[in-house]
Amino acid sequence: MNDFFAARSQMALSLGFHIIFSCIGMVMPFFMAISHYYWLRTGDVVFRNVTRAWSKGVAIFFATGAVSGTVLSFELGLLWPEFMKHAGPIFGMPFSLEGTAFFIEAIALGFFLYGWDKFNKWFHWFTGVVVGISGLASGILVVAANAWMNNPAGFTYRDGVYSDIDPIKAMFNDAWLSQALHMMVAAFVATGFAVAGVHALMVLKGKNVRFHSAAFRIAAAFATIAALLQPLSGDISARDVARRQPAKLAAMEAHFHTESRAPLIIGGIPDEERKEVRYALKLPALLSLMIDHDPDAVVKGLDQIPEADHPPVAVTHYAFQVMVGLGMFMVAVSILYYFIIWKKKRWRDKRWLLKLFVLATPMGFIAVEAGWTVTEVGRQPWIIYGIMRTRDAVTPMPGISYSFLLFSLIYLSLSVIVIFMLYRQIRMVDKLYDVPLPVFKNPEA
Amino acid sequence: MIYIVIGYLWASILLYLLLGGADFGAGIIELFTSRKNKEKTQHTAYKAIGPLWEANHMWLIIAIVILFVGFPAIYTTMSVHLHIPLLLMLLGIIARGTALTFRHYDAVVDDWQTLYRRIFTYSSFVTPLFLGIIAGSTVSGQIDTEAKTFAGAYLSGWLQLFPVSVGFFTVTICGFLAAVYLIGEATDEADKTRYRIKSRVFQNLAIFCGVLVFAAAAYEHIPLWSWVFGQPVGIAAVALASLSVILFRILLRRPGRQPLRMLAAFQICMILLVTTYHHYPDIVLLKNGHHLSLLEEQGQQKTTEALGWALILGSLFILPALFYLMYAFQMKSRKKVYGQATMHE
Ligand code: HDD
Ligand code: HEM
Ligand code: HEM
Repeated sequence: MNDFFAARSQMALSLGFHIIFSCIGMVMPFFMAISHYYWLRTGDVVFRNVTRAWSKGVAIFFATGAVSGTVLSFELGLLWPEFMKHAGPIFGMPFSLEGTAFFIEAIALGFFLYGWDKFNKWFHWFTGVVVGISGLASGILVVAANAWMNNPAGFTYRDGVYSDIDPIKAMFNDAWLSQALHMMVAAFVATGFAVAGVHALMVLKGKNVRFHSAAFRIAAAFATIAALLQPLSGDISARDVARRQPAKLAAMEAHFHTESRAPLIIGGIPDEERKEVRYALKLPALLSLMIDHDPDAVVKGLDQIPEADHPPVAVTHYAFQVMVGLGMFMVAVSILYYFIIWKKKRWRDKRWLLKLFVLATPMGFIAVEAGWTVTEVGRQPWIIYGIMRTRDAVTPMPGISYSFLLFSLIYLSLSVIVIFMLYRQIRMVDKLYDVPLPVFKNPEA
Repeated sequence: MIYIVIGYLWASILLYLLLGGADFGAGIIELFTSRKNKEKTQHTAYKAIGPLWEANHMWLIIAIVILFVGFPAIYTTMSVHLHIPLLLMLLGIIARGTALTFRHYDAVVDDWQTLYRRIFTYSSFVTPLFLGIIAGSTVSGQIDTEAKTFAGAYLSGWLQLFPVSVGFFTVTICGFLAAVYLIGEATDEADKTRYRIKSRVFQNLAIFCGVLVFAAAAYEHIPLWSWVFGQPVGIAAVALASLSVILFRILLRRPGRQPLRMLAAFQICMILLVTTYHHYPDIVLLKNGHHLSLLEEQGQQKTTEALGWALILGSLFILPALFYLMYAFQMKSRKKVYGQATMHE
């Protein structure tokens, strides 16, 4: 494996790992806040138990998210020094604000996790909400940094010199809003379906049904609403990409030739040599319609872009299909769920519905990974779109493949341990939460 | 504005050394605690650092962000030539943060705890070791940006006696800080005495390693002696630090913890002052005689302005909340007696 490829793989692996934990870190506090609220309002012990059980799981995710994030802030320099040398001062604004958001999050988390029975109960509840809000804020800020790489703004570039830097303009670049919106909704979809799926499985198994039903309902509410919104936000993103990064859009759609009445290509095997897609389903004029809201619009294909600037088509195309496909499946599950509720049926009796949720457990996260693959691979060969090539940014140090191997091993073992611990948490629900334990105090006390 | 940014950089390094250092030190102390007291040390230490460790460790992130936004050339030079020690420090951070959490939140307490403990204590030792090595190598003048060989460019900048002895010095400082901190957290007299002894031992070790640092510097022709004693500020700081060591020893025999903590923090502050003052504003000395200076390597005006404002605004939010966090858990933990803390179920 050559060092350049190893560096890209290590970056992708680290980000792909971190994103799972950061999604959970952003979204779970809101689930907990709802459940916690029910407990404080109704005094129903089930909700306290759900909040507590979740908060223990979340503590594990938080720690893993924090360390993997720390790794990233070093890795940007360890792997891409040439990039950071020029980009740091320009896109650093969101990172410096993010520091504040992380800090507040860490402080609020300290209060929330360790403050049970120690503080005024509403103050304690409120610290949980602060964790969620600052988590969302930090997510939005990092995505602004990533959006800048897709849509560099806030500086003048001439002959390798970056001048007239304006960090504020760089932060509010054109891609920022659509990407941040899409990412935040995605975090809710992914975490929501993952949590709902686990609890649905336990309900199906008939274990601690009251506990798991309460948990399921909260997670499913967030998951389904977000899933229904996601295609809308995805549409905004796609049209945005068409405008600012035509090469990425062409790669996503495996759209080799510029044409009007461009078809939407679903599935198929893109052949980059012969510039065609085999075995695909082609829906005439739909792509033109989606991008420009006009079936006769011309959509730029890869033939208008210099060969040297083509992103890898196959990977981008497959990843896009995976994201949209899973997104549509989750939309379908959500509609069924609301249909059942609307018909006033008990969702708990519909075993097939629960099975669908179990099936969807990993889907949101797979869609998130696929979506990032679209964004990042689709930006290639650029690290700063149109300005700096990824190849020119990589560290001169040889031997990165060893460090990639090392990190792969670390992330693999961390994943195994986290899954193992989560499994133990869920197994312990019987013991910890079925009978009210005497150590828990009533919040009124 | 640039001076404000530099002030924040210095303060976040100091705070990371103090708070993060005490945090690492807790693990180091556990590593050197007899088996029968391990359990108790773990408990006391966790109670003290549990709510705080995420926040403590944020100082490092702030320092990194200030470096890469404000002083990109310094950040990238360090990341390229100190890649290996940075990587090893990162491994320590990963191992430590996760093991600390795992051992507390694992729903079932069984043999896995031994593994978590082992990872936690060893990585508590390794992380400050490499942190110190990195700090030492920035001033050792061995980083060679023109080297043609792998060893020259990526190893000899840090794999030298001087940086390594600074690494061990950092480890002992962390152990010292933690011991002092834990004196105040311990809930019975036997424990308090144990930590008193530990803090004395670690202070002696730190002084010993400090001497080693000077010896290594002399051996490797690093004019550390004249850096420190060549100007009045250095002499004054060393004198004050020595006085405070004596005062510390006297107070160590008495009850009360606030003055001890203050003195310990003061000593660290002086050490950092001495080691950075002579070179300011240079922070990385290269082999070719060129120095990377905070004033010369700063980015463009607007970046510095924006960074400064972000830091000022951020601290308006953070500092009150952080103080309240520390204060609140101090108050609460004082009321609790060992064994009854509800957070440990
Ligand atoms: C639960 C996850 C999820 C789901 C169901 C979807 N997406 Fe997505 N998508 C993401 C998760 C995601 C993501 C991982 O969050 C990305 C990566 C970068 C970003 O901002 O969001 C993304 C990126 C992304 C991009 C590239 C944006 C860019 O490079 O700026 C486009 C065009 C779409 N998505 C479009 C869609 C469409 C049309 C969907 C229809 C259902 C869809 N996404 C569902
Ligand atoms: C968390 C979600 C993210 C995922 C899953 C992700 C995924 C990836 C992938 C797959 C690559 C490799 C692309 C290739 O080599 O073909 C990559 C590269 C990279 N990403 Fe991301 N990315 C994410 C977010 C970000 C963010 C927020 C930033 C910066 C602020 C970022 C910065 C980079 C950099 C610097 C590279 C290396 C250069 C490159 O290959 O373009 N990424 N990422
Ligand atoms: C799209 C990509 C990303 C998103 C949405 C995201 C979001 C988050 C969130 C919400 C957290 C706090 C929650 C938790 O601790 O689990 C977090 C932690 C962290 N992230 Fe990311 N992040 C992304 C990429 C990055 C990148 C590229 C970097 C580094 C340059 C980074 C650096 C960090 C750091 C240092 C932390 C730890 C903060 C702490 O100690 O609490 N993140 N991230």
